[in-house]
Amino acid sequence: MVTAQPGNDAFVVFDHVQKSYDGQTLVVKDLNLTIGKGEFLTMLGPSGSGKTTCLMMLAGFETATHGEIRLDGKNINDVPPHKRGIGMVFQNYALFPHMTVGENLSFPLEVRGMTKSERESRIARALDMVQMGQFKNRRPAQLSGGQQQRIALARALVFDPKLVLMDEPLGALDKQLREHMQFEIKALHDRLGITVVYVTHDQGEALTMSDRIAVFNDGRIQQLAPPAVLYEQPENSFVAGFIGENNALRGKIEQLQDDKALVRLGNGDLIDATAVNIRETGQETTVSIRPERVEFKPELMPAGAHTLEAHVVDVIYMGDILRARLKVAGQDDFVMKYRNTLGQVKLTPGQTIRIGWHPEDARALDPV
Amino acid sequence: MAKALDPHAAIVTEAAGPDEGGTLRTADGRPLKQALVRSSRRARRRAFLLVLPLLLFILITFVVPIGQMLQRSVKNDGFSANMPSLSAWFHENPRGTEPDDAAWAALAEDLQAAAKARTIGVVGTRINYDMPGTRSLFTSAGRKARSGVEPPYKEAILEMDQKWGDPKLWSVMREASSPYTSNFYLAAVDRTRDEQGDIVSAPAQQQIYVKLFMRTFWLSLVITFMTFLLGFPIAHLLATLPMRRSNLLMILVLLPFWTSLLVRTTAWMVLLQQQGVVNDVLVWLGVIGNNQRLQMIFNQTGTIIAMTHILLPFMILPLYSVMRTINPSYVRAARSLGATSWTAFRRIYFPQTLPGLGAGALLVFILAVGYYITPALVGGSSGQLISNMIAMHMTQTLNWSMAAALAALLLAGVLVLYWVYDRLVGIDNLKLG
Ligand SMILES: Nc1ncnc2c1ncn2[C@@H]1O[C@H](COP(=O)(O)OP(=O)(O)OP(=O)(O)O)[C@@H](O)[C@H]1O
Ligand SMILES: [Mg+2]
Repeated sequence: MVTAQPGNDAFVVFDHVQKSYDGQTLVVKDLNLTIGKGEFLTMLGPSGSGKTTCLMMLAGFETATHGEIRLDGKNINDVPPHKRGIGMVFQNYALFPHMTVGENLSFPLEVRGMTKSERESRIARALDMVQMGQFKNRRPAQLSGGQQQRIALARALVFDPKLVLMDEPLGALDKQLREHMQFEIKALHDRLGITVVYVTHDQGEALTMSDRIAVFNDGRIQQLAPPAVLYEQPENSFVAGFIGENNALRGKIEQLQDDKALVRLGNGDLIDATAVNIRETGQETTVSIRPERVEFKPELMPAGAHTLEAHVVDVIYMGDILRARLKVAGQDDFVMKYRNTLGQVKLTPGQTIRIGWHPEDARALDPV
Repeated sequence: MAKALDPHAAIVTEAAGPDEGGTLRTADGRPLKQALVRSSRRARRRAFLLVLPLLLFILITFVVPIGQMLQRSVKNDGFSANMPSLSAWFHENPRGTEPDDAAWAALAEDLQAAAKARTIGVVGTRINYDMPGTRSLFTSAGRKARSGVEPPYKEAILEMDQKWGDPKLWSVMREASSPYTSNFYLAAVDRTRDEQGDIVSAPAQQQIYVKLFMRTFWLSLVITFMTFLLGFPIAHLLATLPMRRSNLLMILVLLPFWTSLLVRTTAWMVLLQQQGVVNDVLVWLGVIGNNQRLQMIFNQTGTIIAMTHILLPFMILPLYSVMRTINPSYVRAARSLGATSWTAFRRIYFPQTLPGLGAGALLVFILAVGYYITPALVGGSSGQLISNMIAMHMTQTLNWSMAAALAALLLAGVLVLYWVYDRLVGIDNLKLG
């Protein structure tokens, strides 16, 4: 995977950008984001968190209420969309229905005043790139969803933009096709070295494709990090809960030493955790632990670790793993995942076990 | 319309590949084409049964009356049925034969009979169509003939009126002796027949119909264009405004439908007459002098303004229904691909509105060509259209054959237009809503 070094050459910069549609509420609140050249950056977040708005401001279809957007060092706040040279793939593809595939691809080249022969060669190259060479004379309505998606991609790339924006481009495809296209888009990105800003609310898609992911919520970026960091070291409760499966235990900081925290849960039990965004003892906190980092065999826990009593509520067989739902500290939505190995201990509902974890895997975050 | 995926094709998904002959066959060996036709035939039959009531309705209320109208335009037996003896004489003697004693006798006999049967007026009316000013000749002759006509008939009849000797009259009566005639169509294109029965142009002061047809088509074109100019932006606005405001605007668009014709006409008069609001404003602004007030009603301008107003919804509604389905992301895509907003409009947005525009234009044009009441009210004499002439023949001269011939020509014109449209644009591209 080509991992761009963010910040090294700032290609796209959002500088204190704010956006309001109605003059009363801020849809985008103080957005600061630097995207490096050749980077694949994904904006991920729940519906209504302002992802499309950011993309539209970058494409030039919405104006920033405050702040500055720079592309390749130049302020583009007042540059109209057609002069920005940004390729865009829309969620519904927006292929022109009255034109053939070839004419669709020809359009951006015609408006740039290219000669016919140059257009032909570029169209052929772009269609080959998405393996759609023989569909040049079809109309969009005569293509399947996946084929339309490829044409939309080819059209956004045919005029060699340096930056390509994609707003949930795979949202309308079924799971299998979506996974296939994820792979192809990623391969194209690596091959062409273009910068991609990708919007999705499918976290699996974001994790597999991106160099970095910006998690949006409530008009703010909650965390901006590569996929592995985002998953393993969420910086706040929203990110921990939004990405992957997560156990959240509420409690109060009992003791704080550097980043080592001792948390007392509601039922009086004590657990170990790593302090992330808490500052002092006595503070309310939510401790986040990934289900696959929970251990129930004493030999796998670090020496001297605090353990908790847990009642097995049910166990679901998922093939490669087993998923046990536990009742812990009064909450019965605690999940533990463990590998389905030969001779694995069999847990049965109603059984009582003791669970624990490495302190680094339990992150004491802001209370929710 | 050809769909890429025909549902009936599912039947033959197991089709074996091309055989030696090169034709595709279904799994059980029938040719693929044949199987397709058979499978779709039943569906078509069922669809036909569903539309049968409508078909019958149209047949009774539309096709039959139009057929009758077309027949009336070539058939008028006002003379031949009421003057049987003279008609028979015309039949036996070829054109060019001088009226002999037998002819005068037949005329005298028919005049007496028609006078008794009180059908002499019908006969006179029929001849009057082809030779204006002859109706009274027949009615007065009928009155005199009722008391009896004595031989020699020629002298007796000529004594009633010297005009009976006019060869033109005899030529016209010969034409009318057959119930079928093309004379009404000739008259509708400003032609007539001379004494020898040859087709010649009508006298200059009677040449009105061709000019009227031209004016009708020209004004309809102008009106269609005006509705396009005014309607396109409004339709676009309607399609892009938020629902609540677009509903309000839609009510305003439909307002002309809901106001009575008299109210509308009065409003136009208030606005457009020489002492009206528009002229007052123009004078007040100093655009025109007080003695240069514009004549905007009771002439062509009045017809154009009023008909554009009333026909505007027919342009807006199909346009609106098409524009509403055009996703705004198309224009955005075009812009992001490097097109200026004008190019995006011209190459991406406008072509997608064509089905609605075609439907609207065809609708407005066809309605305008046949429009009658508005030109009659606000058109003055220079704003009259062909329909006003048809109406006049229906209600005043009672020359229904003439009205039918004019209407048939109008119908033919519209059909030709429809055909041209189909060839140029394709009728399947039409979208009415
Ligand atoms: N044209 C607009 N006028 C007014 N408000 C808008 C407009 N477009 C978006 N909004 C509001 O801005 C907020 C953010 O919208 P945005 O489309 O950016 O969300 P999103 O993150 O793309 O969501 P989704 O995942 O559902 O696409 C939403 O609350 C939305 O209602
Ligand atoms: Mg969105």
